[in-house]
Amino acid sequence: MITTYARAIGAALATAMRADPSVVVLGEDVSVGGPFTVTTGLAEEFGAGRVLDTPISEAAICGVAIGAAQSGLRPVLEIMYVDFLTLALDQLVNQAAKARFMSGGQLGVPMVLRTQGGAGQRGAAQHSQSLESWLCHVPGLKVVMPSRAVDAAGLLASAIADPDPVVVVENKILYPRREQLPEVVEPVPIGVAATLRPGRDVTVLAMSRMVSESLDAADQLAAEGVEVEVVDPRTLVPLDLPAVLDSVRRTHHLVVAHEAVAHGGFGAEIAATVQKAAFDDLDAPVERVGAPFQPIPLSPGLEDAYLPDAASVVAAVRRVLGR
Amino acid sequence: MTDPAFDPRGLAPDRLVELYRQMVRIREFEERVKRTFAEHPGVIRGHTHLADGAEASIVGSVAALRPGDQLTATYRCHGYPIALGSDTAAMMAEIYGRATGTCGGYGGSMHLCDPERGFLGTSGIVGQGIPHATGAAWAAQIRGDRDVVLGFFGDGASKQGAFHESLNIAALWKLPVVYVLENNSFSAGVRTEQEDANAAAGEPLATKAKAYSMPGVTVDGGDPLAVYDALSAAVARARAGEGPTLVESRVYRLSAHGNSIAPPGVPLHYPEHEAISRFGAVEEYEAAKRGDPVPRFRAALVAAGVLGDAPARSIAADAAEEMQHAVDTALAAPFPEPAAALEHVYAEAPA
Ligand SMILES: Cc1ncc(C[n+]2csc(CCOP(=O)(O)OP(=O)(O)O)c2C)c(N)n1
Ligand SMILES: [Mg+2]
Repeated sequence: MITTYARAIGAALATAMRADPSVVVLGEDVSVGGPFTVTTGLAEEFGAGRVLDTPISEAAICGVAIGAAQSGLRPVLEIMYVDFLTLALDQLVNQAAKARFMSGGQLGVPMVLRTQGGAGQRGAAQHSQSLESWLCHVPGLKVVMPSRAVDAAGLLASAIADPDPVVVVENKILYPRREQLPEVVEPVPIGVAATLRPGRDVTVLAMSRMVSESLDAADQLAAEGVEVEVVDPRTLVPLDLPAVLDSVRRTHHLVVAHEAVAHGGFGAEIAATVQKAAFDDLDAPVERVGAPFQPIPLSPGLEDAYLPDAASVVAAVRRVLGR
Repeated sequence: MTDPAFDPRGLAPDRLVELYRQMVRIREFEERVKRTFAEHPGVIRGHTHLADGAEASIVGSVAALRPGDQLTATYRCHGYPIALGSDTAAMMAEIYGRATGTCGGYGGSMHLCDPERGFLGTSGIVGQGIPHATGAAWAAQIRGDRDVVLGFFGDGASKQGAFHESLNIAALWKLPVVYVLENNSFSAGVRTEQEDANAAAGEPLATKAKAYSMPGVTVDGGDPLAVYDALSAAVARARAGEGPTLVESRVYRLSAHGNSIAPPGVPLHYPEHEAISRFGAVEEYEAAKRGDPVPRFRAALVAAGVLGDAPARSIAADAAEEMQHAVDTALAAPFPEPAAALEHVYAEAPA
């Protein structure tokens, strides 16, 4: 079945809602699909009682989802842009992430927060960010960031079934991408990476939109005789470190690629962890690809210059290989 | 005055005509932004949100200010700087992402500003500019020069904590701020009564003022003189040190919430208004069009003998020429150099 990243997520929501009446969807404009048509059709199938349009009250929506999750529902909350997550951060960071811990295990929050980030649509500084590293810094949250439709659907299924709060970070540029999917999409376990292209010279650990950029880079480099292994962690927390180390021990070189600002990004955490765990296996320091340390500009040329792409990955691979 | 019912609210004929001129300029500017999507595909790629339908509210509000006063707004921000006298060519250039834009191409349509004229900028994050208006009013209070700040935002924004927290602080500290809630009947694809408890209960949104012990008034935002009147009273109260007012200005957004959003390469356009596309309320939308504040005010001025046909035509022609110039110069303007992308993160680039 040919579908898109956006349609695959919508279909996964519908599947979960059919299977479990406690699954509810809430967020701004969700009954009409939201700006990216992800939730289109859900209100028609499941009714306004289970697909709720909310006021523009991110803090309250997130808090309401937490309370509902603690009282038997499985809310899937949508924050329209990750940039607006700032308004829900107290609820997510101080409440959802800590309820189980503070209650000595009594109060779980089986909630899913879906949101989307990424630049490339000339959305300017407040509608284009990649903020997942903040979330990865908070114990108690799980963070998944799918790059393909099949993973977006499969990880969402696992997130809904998960007993803890899971943040699903989607990407606005990926929504319309078409992909061949099996008729039945199996859940993708949280915390398991996928090797999307084998190669023996260098490992590129790429996230979200940077996965397809890295696959393009791998094609370009193959023409020069460099074999790139592209690994998608799919889940950032908990990270599938064994899979990363397994690859690095074979290629001896690692490039970590994400669209978020490199400074303080999750790539830094991965680089430090891998350098400690596989120091003797590495032939060169880990290279990172990320955005420069600046807000995202509106003007097309400025945004293009800002955005990491396949060329940035090619350059990083050349650096790590010393060529 | 030929129309005995016409009340100029103390404004001299030339000021009345000036209000009308500003409304026409705003409308023409917004029309040209909208036409850009069809006439120059690809020139605007990000988000735009138009103020058509709110011209009377914007112009009537700004007319109540004096030099030194300030305002903040939302992403739906093209109208205020026009009323304040900003350069429309630089505004259009900003929307087109050009180096000559009001913000050098860094901000775009959602993030215009003109601090020299008192426009302190916008937030693309709903509701989050409301505290800035509050803080600017606090600074004015400390300066002691009796300046006043207007904070503009939408009906949807009044569901944010920042709105409620700000109103409480402003009332508590008696800050010289006027909150102008532009109730345009929609918050993106949702009707106000679907997202607002007051509206759902059939009460005006100005009811919220009661919770913060400040005056709350609802005004016909399609009538610039009614808005001017309400704002003048609220501004006078703020200037006198008596504290904030919440003004709910009832307008009807005449275009869709914003342009379509699509991946790079896919042409963008202005979709059909949500009243029709989502609610099938064709008659409601047609009625709003018939009540369009721009021709409505022109008719009122003509009937009152304040505006003749020939001056009205030349106002329209001047606005058309001005905005044609804005489009032409913006189209011809250079883009910022990619190297400029790293500027302005800090006042001085860290070594
Ligand atoms: C905090 C936040 N949540 C959601 C959005 C997405 N969004 C942009 S405009 C809008 C509707 C705002 O409605 P209203 O406040 O009535 O202003 P209007 O657009 O009608 O002028 C929404 C939901 C946003 N920009 N910021
Ligand atoms: Mg509104």
